[in-house]
Amino acid sequence: MIGAFAAIAGQTVRLSFKSGGGALVGLVFFLTVVTVIPFGVGPDLNLLARIGPAVLWIGVLLATLLGLDRLFQDDRDDGSLDLLVLSGTPLEIVVFAKALGHWLATGLPVTLAAPVLGLLLNVEPLGLGAVTLTLLVGTPGLTLIGAIGAALMAALGRGGLLVAVLVLPFTIPVLVFGVSAAAAVIVGPTPFLPPFLILVALTLVSAVVAPVAGAAALRASFD
Amino acid sequence: MPKAEALSKTKPMAISDLANPTRFLAFADRILPFVWAAALLGLGVGLYLAFFVAPPDYQQGETVRIMFVHVPSAWLSMLGYGLMAIAALGTLVWRHPLADVAAKSIAPVGAAFTFLALVTGSLWGKPMWGTYWVWDARLTSMLVLFLMYLGLIALWRAVDDSGRASRVAAVLILVGAINLPIIKFSVDWWNTLHQPASVFRMGGPTIDASMLWPLFVMAIATTLLFLALVLMVMKNEILRRRMRTLQLTAAGATG
Repeated sequence: MIGAFAAIAGQTVRLSFKSGGGALVGLVFFLTVVTVIPFGVGPDLNLLARIGPAVLWIGVLLATLLGLDRLFQDDRDDGSLDLLVLSGTPLEIVVFAKALGHWLATGLPVTLAAPVLGLLLNVEPLGLGAVTLTLLVGTPGLTLIGAIGAALMAALGRGGLLVAVLVLPFTIPVLVFGVSAAAAVIVGPTPFLPPFLILVALTLVSAVVAPVAGAAALRASFD
Repeated sequence: MPKAEALSKTKPMAISDLANPTRFLAFADRILPFVWAAALLGLGVGLYLAFFVAPPDYQQGETVRIMFVHVPSAWLSMLGYGLMAIAALGTLVWRHPLADVAAKSIAPVGAAFTFLALVTGSLWGKPMWGTYWVWDARLTSMLVLFLMYLGLIALWRAVDDSGRASRVAAVLILVGAINLPIIKFSVDWWNTLHQPASVFRMGGPTIDASMLWPLFVMAIATTLLFLALVLMVMKNEILRRRMRTLQLTAAGATG
């Protein structure tokens, strides 16, 4: 079972980085969002420093949401989703492995790029560290919550923006606590640890709920 | 043959017979005129009470009359989602044939009442709070409810296979039901701009009886309106599915 887990996760990563995989497209989209916002908001560096953590988090959220339909869609299109469902491997392991592979290919690069892009937004060094830490903890949660939506839509065949719209309300708590923790380091008297710990809790809960719910969704859509 | 028909006509209709789409269509056709009549009568009486009989608020003046539209709309938006959650259970747990039709029909009506609640609340907020919108817990969670309604409507429209779409939508409805207690208790849990609960609360309502009764009349009248609209949408949905089946059958026969 560990072997199957590692194999599925590894293959997800490898396929994402190959041509047509879409691994780094999320990264480019993140860069685009962070670049476009100062065009709209204005180049005032003080303002950008204040909203910097929020802009980085929203960029990561959007990049994650828009990449979610690829989580199961490619497998569905070439028939390997049917093979995964029919194989002996527990579907919960399959969903968790695919979510992990997806995070390694899309969530982790975006998290590592965040401190660099934070420099574009004039975020102070301590804030960059806080944002990166909260993203490191929060992006797996985003991928896992999104995996539930992706699994629900997997058999229906219409993905893309619809998955993002449906998953968005459930990712809002992760966004709220992530920004709250990151901003607490920069701005305020509010402490860092409570929202950060709640963020950790959200990710851990989704690590349990997402494989179970995703597996149930895959089973339900294949009967 | 005539004997069997006579037998089926003399038996009183059980509630479970409504699971049969034909029987449901007949039932809906029979009660709709009465529901519409009751709804319009109730709305007439309620609006008269709201605009001419209820006294102006000592603090807000005549503006308080928006409450008689805003509060029933908000109640109905939550009632709609609650009914959708029950219908979702009907689809997933009991496999009731008409549960997914009910959920699909309630969504646009519930979304319309949510939109009405948001708009009337916004218009009320401008003279009262000085702003059309504020990101407090109650307004934000109602906006999220509106987004959930729209997402579900988009899901149903995007998929042709109604059977699979209904199961997926049912799961999503049940997951989103967490929002309902958040909306209800948000004004009690967090210190927000929206006023705390004054009707459905422990210790009884704090609103004066001269305003409470018109409010209840409006609530019942708008609920009847909600029921009439949902029944009509359900009828349309059943007929639409029959047409699709006929079209598919005809296409299969000629092909």
